[in-house]
Amino acid sequence: MNATAAGLRDGLTKNLRQSGILIAFIVVVGASALLNPNFLSPGNLTNLVLQYSYILILALGMLLVIVSAQIDLSVGSVMALAGAVAAVLVIKQGMPWWVGVLAALGVGLLAGAWQGFWVAFVGIPGFIVTLAGMLLFRGLTALVLNSISLSPFGGDFYLIANGFLNGLFGGQGVDIFTLVVFALAGLIFVYLQVRDRQARIAYNQEAGSMVGFIVKQILILAVLMWFAYQLASSRGLPNILVLLAVLIVTYTLLSQKTTFGRHIYAIGGNLNAAKLSGVRVRRINFWVFVNMGVLAAVAGIVFSSRMNGAQPAAGNGVELDAIAACFIGGASTTGGIGRIGGAMIGGLIMAVMTNIMSLMGVDYPWQQVAKGLVLLLAVAFDLWNRRRSEGAA
Amino acid sequence: MDNILEMRSITKEFPGVLALSDVSLTVERGEVHAICGENGAGKSTLMKVLSGVYPHGTYRGEIFYEGEEVQFSSINDSEEKGIVIIHQELALVPYLSVAENIFLGNEVRGVGGLIDWNKANSLATELMQRVGLDENPTTPISQLGVGKQQLIEIAKALSKNVRLLILDEPTAALNDTDSEHLLGLIRQLKAQGITSIMISHKLNEIAEIADNTTIIRDGMTIETLDMADPASTQDRIIRGMVGRDLEHRFPERTPAIGAPVLEVKDWTVYHPTQPGRLIIDHASFTVKAGEVVGIAGLMGAGRTELAMSLFGHAYGRDISGEVSMHGKRVNTQNVPDAIEAKIAYCTEDRKVYGLNLIDDIRHNISSAGLFKLSKYGWVNDNEELKVAQEYATNLNIKTPTVLTLAGKLSGGNQQKVVLSKWLYTDPDVLILDEPTRGIDVGAKYEIYTIINRMVSNGRAVVVISSELPELLGICDRIYTLAYGRITGEVPAAEATQERLMALMTVERNEAIPTEENGGLPRRQQATQSTDSDMKGNLR
Repeated sequence: MNATAAGLRDGLTKNLRQSGILIAFIVVVGASALLNPNFLSPGNLTNLVLQYSYILILALGMLLVIVSAQIDLSVGSVMALAGAVAAVLVIKQGMPWWVGVLAALGVGLLAGAWQGFWVAFVGIPGFIVTLAGMLLFRGLTALVLNSISLSPFGGDFYLIANGFLNGLFGGQGVDIFTLVVFALAGLIFVYLQVRDRQARIAYNQEAGSMVGFIVKQILILAVLMWFAYQLASSRGLPNILVLLAVLIVTYTLLSQKTTFGRHIYAIGGNLNAAKLSGVRVRRINFWVFVNMGVLAAVAGIVFSSRMNGAQPAAGNGVELDAIAACFIGGASTTGGIGRIGGAMIGGLIMAVMTNIMSLMGVDYPWQQVAKGLVLLLAVAFDLWNRRRSEGAA
Repeated sequence: MDNILEMRSITKEFPGVLALSDVSLTVERGEVHAICGENGAGKSTLMKVLSGVYPHGTYRGEIFYEGEEVQFSSINDSEEKGIVIIHQELALVPYLSVAENIFLGNEVRGVGGLIDWNKANSLATELMQRVGLDENPTTPISQLGVGKQQLIEIAKALSKNVRLLILDEPTAALNDTDSEHLLGLIRQLKAQGITSIMISHKLNEIAEIADNTTIIRDGMTIETLDMADPASTQDRIIRGMVGRDLEHRFPERTPAIGAPVLEVKDWTVYHPTQPGRLIIDHASFTVKAGEVVGIAGLMGAGRTELAMSLFGHAYGRDISGEVSMHGKRVNTQNVPDAIEAKIAYCTEDRKVYGLNLIDDIRHNISSAGLFKLSKYGWVNDNEELKVAQEYATNLNIKTPTVLTLAGKLSGGNQQKVVLSKWLYTDPDVLILDEPTRGIDVGAKYEIYTIINRMVSNGRAVVVISSELPELLGICDRIYTLAYGRITGEVPAAEATQERLMALMTVERNEAIPTEENGGLPRRQQATQSTDSDMKGNLR
């Protein structure tokens, strides 16, 4: 009796932690839709994806950094440097787009390895290493660009973040290709959910009721297809959305299903226990920062392509958006706790809030005030939730 | 008779554990009163009751101090009355100066409530003179040695007008000269009318300084000995500390001992942050297949340091010596190597070193053996869940599911999770560091059963414990450790608690030469390290 009650309570607290943020997201979207009818228009949803994807890409890497109980303040600067190098090569030197992309990724890799070295092998806290990196890479960006903006990219580089995959199957005002891709993705998702459920049942785990499961799947599919229809009736499937989907799936698997991911959680959860369990802590710390550097470069490519140019001040302050996304998404400030899915929803909450406030013509200062409050309340909720579950134990 | 303190029938319970049961203690004015007992006997708990760390109402019984009943609700209350406790882990702030530390929380105020540093520094100098120190009061504490820091603690107590000074293992971290100095100071304070209560494991020190000795065992007062009485010998104290019956606390096992599995030769380890401080001194020992070997030693003898340094050099620096597994030398430079060499180490402090409390039981069990569950870096999480459930069932971990957070389990169940984690790595040698500390009798029995099961499969187990009855009950052979040296090797059949205790408390300069360490030149005497030294020194 007691054990069952405890198990139930466990499940509830866990669910609240995981779904609390989802509920918050739905509330924010609902409120936005009520506040401004244009919010759910096809054009605006497409814009939302195009405008904020780079924050989500940064948040993927940032989540791993935060789970390992570190922080990376330099991602905005690394992003700018990667974009600047790409711009110099593509715009100034006239190189093909892929040279720019590879060079930018190389810059991110080097920046990540540089910071990983200082954190992992010298033992300087990530906060300080990346604070230094923030200045260092910002300075290098200005040097590379000679302190002036470079634009436009045009051509294929421009299309990375502004192009659409559509028209393959035609359609009348509604892109069929987009719908097909989404339908396939939706089916794969449901298939994986079913398999997961079967495995849970096979291993005697709580699986919830069948009806609830089916309703949930139908709801998810409905929302997904509705979103697909909105995109399809605007400009179709953005390239960037495909990239984002691939990255999110990859990083979810990386964090949950690989030894690398497990070790990151172990280090953040209890560093001493991880060391004594045979986790090669330095190696993991190093690669977490390398990974962050590369993802910052990806974000830099997307951002500069979207802006169609590179500026010395590009990406100023975006590290805070990425960090905020992770914390709103339930990551623990002391490491060891956090999910890719949570960070993505956290990032989307920030994106939706910025978007609706822009739509409604809210001044930039007030936007910042609102975002600050959301971050604070989200972390307060996290703390309250944790204390409550500790009290229950 | 003029008693400064009388504690009557003190009973203190923690959830599931009776820490003190009807304990009484009477201290005469102006005496040095020693309290003796094994680790976990309840000495520190008693002192925490006295000093108000456990406030009035959380225990039963009465405390009379200076003739009147006192009910302290915090440590501030007791300090106001002149009762000051000096803990084994010194409570000094390393980066603050001597004077700042002495007056921390009790600052010397001048005009307008601002701190008068000139006055504070001159008062600090006076206080230091009283404890025989001649240091600049503005020197940061971290620049003084442990011995001097201990004296600063006493100076701090003097600044609070101490009348009853409680010292918890004051000499555990000190070398001979510093210990001697400290004992001299306690005698000097006695002449000034300050009463002292001293908790100590060092029987020779007690014999030297104490007027009376109270022995506590299993949370009960055994007796109070007048040290002036010639019958109060060290043997008598040892008998009082350890005497209890061993029946039915340990599962039966018929030993089937085979070839040596783990052989350690001349293992020498230095302190990780204090260069030149010897922690383990040419320790050599052997563990055979099917054998449970005990390592007995008092707190600070180097038990954990020995195990941690063996386990992938997880502690210490400038480590030298040989480790062989099945007769072959192995190089265990880091923890993954040690795991690969089939050595496993269950840490003493499971919350700090053993578990990820914010992750579930499943992930904790798989954390050291993840290599067995993964291919090309991909974890088979279905298999992982299966393994976790198997161990939860086999080891009888009481939990709703293996997806429960490790932090929510009781101590005994947490210990079983740590055991599961290491059993899953399939070790040939399992080193258990205080495997039953802080867990109840039932869970202890279960853990002994797991140990027996392990050795009956031809594996070897090393048990480090400060509970001698436990070692006598489960081991085939016992090594004693003191000052980082192996001071004896006794087959369990011939071992008695008295004999072990005598080997564990040998004087630093007369360590009994054994077959293993006999005749080796001593470059330097190992100094006792304290458990607090371990914290944060994990490489």
